[in-house]
Amino acid sequence: MPDFSAHLLSIVTFAPLATALALLAARGVARLLGLPILPAGAWRVAGLLGSLFTFVLSLRLFAGFDLAEPSFQFVEHAEWLPSWGIDYFVGIDGIALFLVLLTTFLMPVVLVASWNEVERSLESWVFFMLLLETGMLGAFVSLNLIQFYLFWEVMLIPMYFIIGIWGGPRRVYAAVKFFLFTMFGSFPLLVAILVLAALPLAETGVLVFNLVAPPGASGPALLDLPVPTDDPVWWKNQVWLFGAFSLAFAIKVPVVPLHTWLPDAHVEAPTAGSVVLAGVLLKMGAYGFLRFALPLFPDAAQAYTPLLLCLAVIGIVYGSLLAMVQADLKKLVAYSSVAHLGFVMLGTFSLNTNGLNGAVLQMLNHGLSTGALFLLVGMLYGRRHTRLLSEFGGVARPMPVYAACFGLVIMSSIGLPGLNGFVGEFLILVGTYLAHPTIAIIATSGVVLVAAYMLWMFRRVMFGPIENPENRGLIDLGLREKLVMVALLLPIVGIGVYPDPCLRRIEPSVVELLRLVEVRRQVSPLVEAEPEADVPIDVPPEQLEDGEAL
Amino acid sequence: MVNVVESDQLRWIVLLPLLAAAYHGVMLGIVRRPTPRWLIVGLSCGSVLTSFMLSCLAFWELIQLPAESNLLLDDVYTWIGSGLGAENLTAELALAFDPLAAVMCLVVTGVGSLIHVYSVGYMEGDQRDDCGFQRFFCYLNLFTFSMLVLVLGDSLVLMFLGWEGVGLCSYLLIGFWYMDSHNAYCGSKAFIVNRVGDLGFLVGLFVLFGALSEAGTPVVAFRDIAAEFGGIVDATVRLPFLGEARVVTVAALCFFLGAVGKSAQLPLHVWLPDAMAGPTPVSALIHAATMVTAGVYMVCRMSFLYAASPEASAVVAWTGALTALFGATLAIVQTDVKKVLAYSTVSQLGYMFLAAGCGGFSAALFHLGTHAFFKALLFLGAGSVILALHHEQDTEKMGGLRRLLPVTHWLFLVGVLAIGGVPPLAGFFSKDEILVAAYVSEVPGHAWLYRIGLVTAGLTAFYMWRLQCRMFYGRSRVEPGLRERVEEPDGWMSNPLWILASLAALAGFVGLPQAWGDVLTVSDSNSLANFVSPVLAAGGSHAVENGTEYGVALRSLAASLAGFGLAHFFYLRRPELPGKLRKALPSVHRLLVHKYYVDELYDAVLVRPLVALSERVLYRGVDAKLIDGLGVEGTARAVRALAAHGLKYAQTGFSQSYVFLMLLGALAVVGYLVR
Repeated sequence: MPDFSAHLLSIVTFAPLATALALLAARGVARLLGLPILPAGAWRVAGLLGSLFTFVLSLRLFAGFDLAEPSFQFVEHAEWLPSWGIDYFVGIDGIALFLVLLTTFLMPVVLVASWNEVERSLESWVFFMLLLETGMLGAFVSLNLIQFYLFWEVMLIPMYFIIGIWGGPRRVYAAVKFFLFTMFGSFPLLVAILVLAALPLAETGVLVFNLVAPPGASGPALLDLPVPTDDPVWWKNQVWLFGAFSLAFAIKVPVVPLHTWLPDAHVEAPTAGSVVLAGVLLKMGAYGFLRFALPLFPDAAQAYTPLLLCLAVIGIVYGSLLAMVQADLKKLVAYSSVAHLGFVMLGTFSLNTNGLNGAVLQMLNHGLSTGALFLLVGMLYGRRHTRLLSEFGGVARPMPVYAACFGLVIMSSIGLPGLNGFVGEFLILVGTYLAHPTIAIIATSGVVLVAAYMLWMFRRVMFGPIENPENRGLIDLGLREKLVMVALLLPIVGIGVYPDPCLRRIEPSVVELLRLVEVRRQVSPLVEAEPEADVPIDVPPEQLEDGEAL
Repeated sequence: MVNVVESDQLRWIVLLPLLAAAYHGVMLGIVRRPTPRWLIVGLSCGSVLTSFMLSCLAFWELIQLPAESNLLLDDVYTWIGSGLGAENLTAELALAFDPLAAVMCLVVTGVGSLIHVYSVGYMEGDQRDDCGFQRFFCYLNLFTFSMLVLVLGDSLVLMFLGWEGVGLCSYLLIGFWYMDSHNAYCGSKAFIVNRVGDLGFLVGLFVLFGALSEAGTPVVAFRDIAAEFGGIVDATVRLPFLGEARVVTVAALCFFLGAVGKSAQLPLHVWLPDAMAGPTPVSALIHAATMVTAGVYMVCRMSFLYAASPEASAVVAWTGALTALFGATLAIVQTDVKKVLAYSTVSQLGYMFLAAGCGGFSAALFHLGTHAFFKALLFLGAGSVILALHHEQDTEKMGGLRRLLPVTHWLFLVGVLAIGGVPPLAGFFSKDEILVAAYVSEVPGHAWLYRIGLVTAGLTAFYMWRLQCRMFYGRSRVEPGLRERVEEPDGWMSNPLWILASLAALAGFVGLPQAWGDVLTVSDSNSLANFVSPVLAAGGSHAVENGTEYGVALRSLAASLAGFGLAHFFYLRRPELPGKLRKALPSVHRLLVHKYYVDELYDAVLVRPLVALSERVLYRGVDAKLIDGLGVEGTARAVRALAAHGLKYAQTGFSQSYVFLMLLGALAVVGYLVR
């Protein structure tokens, strides 16, 4: 029996796609041979089993993760188009690990949650969901830029169809808007990737797309290329390269004012689409900043930091204020996402360990709690076929279990200590305060606003007398829905009470990331031009020399 | 530095109520099967009673410790650990039991147990919700857990866990009868106003941690902060728009904002009177005896911070004094019995802050304890009356209840006399100690602080006796049909009242001023102050001469008696006078009835403009018109126009021209790369 554990990461990444292709093949073969084709319901079951299998396998990533190793683990490398510098190259560190886990966890959950929601073209639904999962996983594990870009685009297509086919009344408008916004960012990203790969052409003679050097192979890698200190052009390019990367990532996050696709996409998307969109797809932007934009262009990142921090804070306040005046439940949650992702951006650009730890953890937290919120809204929508706040009131009476779950999720979103949201938010704010006190204080006002709009929404929906007679007969959560909620509530409470297993895995990678940023900044000529008394992070001196020697 | 003694029993004090709450929560929130009543009562009351006994054991252990150590510590695990070097933030899940925490812990679990037992009787007949009984005890247990974490948490971060937890439970319990939208509104209001205070708590934490981190000692545990405090006493922090300021002052003021929110001081007092929408045992436990005193406790816990900053202390003292007066004036015109008690709580909490600001931290703690007893007694007594009258809270419809509810009347009377400051009941001694602290302090304007305190003492006696008269004496205004059905509450409800009444009567003797001790030939008569003094900053407290002590005591007694006498005259002798007075001073009366229009002010200045800004400017304007209209669709239109008027001419249909353009493009790219 071959050793699968060496290819664990690849198996996790491609298991959903393999399931989808196997289903497709089975259908094709059946057609060809004239056998009865699989019923649509079987696709649903198979899709769930495939995603569950993926999740169970990904737990082995968590269990086998080496806490002492700050760099990439479960690395796999194979040459693909060697003359073009394009390889198949995957690996995860503590940052990617939790996003991979979040993805593999949310997918079976949403498949169960949307069990009865989707009836139309069920086969395509399962196929697109599985394709989407592989696309997202592939983007999180890629260490080759072209490969990353491929996955980045791959996940766009199923999402486009999920919104466009199974969405609400304005689904086509929303799908096109989502697609165009993302493409508007992806195209500059592709150009920037190509230019970046071509920059060292003169010295090395090859295009370089690998982020780090693959094990065993002695190719150059972007993050440890010799930095030509005498060639300022090489580094000056950072500014617009970073800009191009940032545009693509900032649209995905989304950073205000590039956010307007998000409320439309969420409102029109089916529940499962919203959950995946908010839970995972948005993280792609923040992840891109962490994985690529920061370490590749540390000087430019430094230069852009004030702008991005300001946009992050504006996002927090602006998103919260807009959430406060929404009449549609989903739109409210969508704008709250904008505010929460503002916290993630804030932590990312605080550029210290606390902020970055918090940012990574908050990505996970937001995926769980906002995912749960969208599911809850979807459950209500499934019963009443409306999401307007004014239609509800007194729902807690007929649906006490629903109300209890909703209340707990809201508290997680508000950042109540003891639940997951607090840990991330708190670390982000501490980190930001240590770097930029004023920004942190403004951002802290978000804790008042988030309480205001969340509780207002909760009160409108759950409390008060039942004025609309249609709410009187609402049926409380069934067993399937309870299972979904319990699955989400367990990590929400678990991370809040004992976040250490996460933080212990995240921190070494964050420290490594900061070390890279620092090392690469020190050897670049831009910093010499404007000497700044940077506080050096904790790096043993011999490591610094290593970095310079590379 | 104190010697720490490990004790791994402390966690059970906190854990038992949590386990009970978790059981109820899972049964209610997921399983949804009815739990037998005896099991609910047994779990809830049992867990809190056991917590109380464990607290007593821990207290016993604490006083047995050798003199140089006064802290029991139970370090369970590292809750949040992040960052390297000077940025390292490690918050342990650790419980610390020192004299200050011990006093609070005993009050919380002791009064908490009594109120749990009382609630069994009070919620007995409540049929508004199918699982209401269990839900109520779930929240009450969760509250006890949170409050104990707040009290015992050894670090600022863990205290914040309890701090927010009690806020959540307060929210849940105010809106307990959620089918009435007013209750739900009051709950949300309490949570949001508290969040404004929490903002202060968090910023204070950041400021303090930032300074400690800069000094190379990033700690968050209270005893570590106290130990490293010397390194940041003179540090400064740059504030936006305000320039440089001392870290201690900024941090102290930020934390005080948190206390102002939680303890309902000016200007964040608006939520507490509305919080009376909750069931009465909740008002007694959360909105009188324990949670609202969390702010006072926090200021005492951080006493070294306030002692180092005279400016912050002055703000604390003045806020307290003004709130004390403010609350007392409002309590005079209220007709709802719970509202009177609510404003009275606001006012009494002001007293505690007045003491803390004047450096009398032990006086603040003393009043906190006695207030917990007599205010819980008053609320529970009021609850008995309310239940006996079938949820009637308006004193307009009471009167003459002494004959119908004689036992409750006597118990309530003890509470009224205690809060009114009649010796030798508890309130007299604790209030006296506060007035002495104000009298001898060095806070700017301390003479006025003292006078305000004295006037408030008179007002307190006045409005409490007014309440007593309107409820129990005079002509009965109870509806005739109801009058026959009024009966004394059962044992679940009356027994806790007896215990509270004894405590309200006798608790004053743990804090007997030394001047009285000299008369009685007791050395160290103020045992409470001696017990807690090792963990409190000395502040501005002075040795007080016996003469001063007697003078202050006499004056406060005179103020109280004047208040009682005046109220007696107004509401029993000449009951027509208040109406005449109201007619004579209509504007004053309107101002008081509308609570100085503070709610209306906030609504007009903060809430409405913010909503209008968000709705009209940001949502309809910036988001829809500017970004989407101009930016997104504008671009789309521009592209379409460009295609229609320009680009279509590039589509010549001749393949030669396409190849030519392609070559041009490729050349441009290559040219750029080889440059």
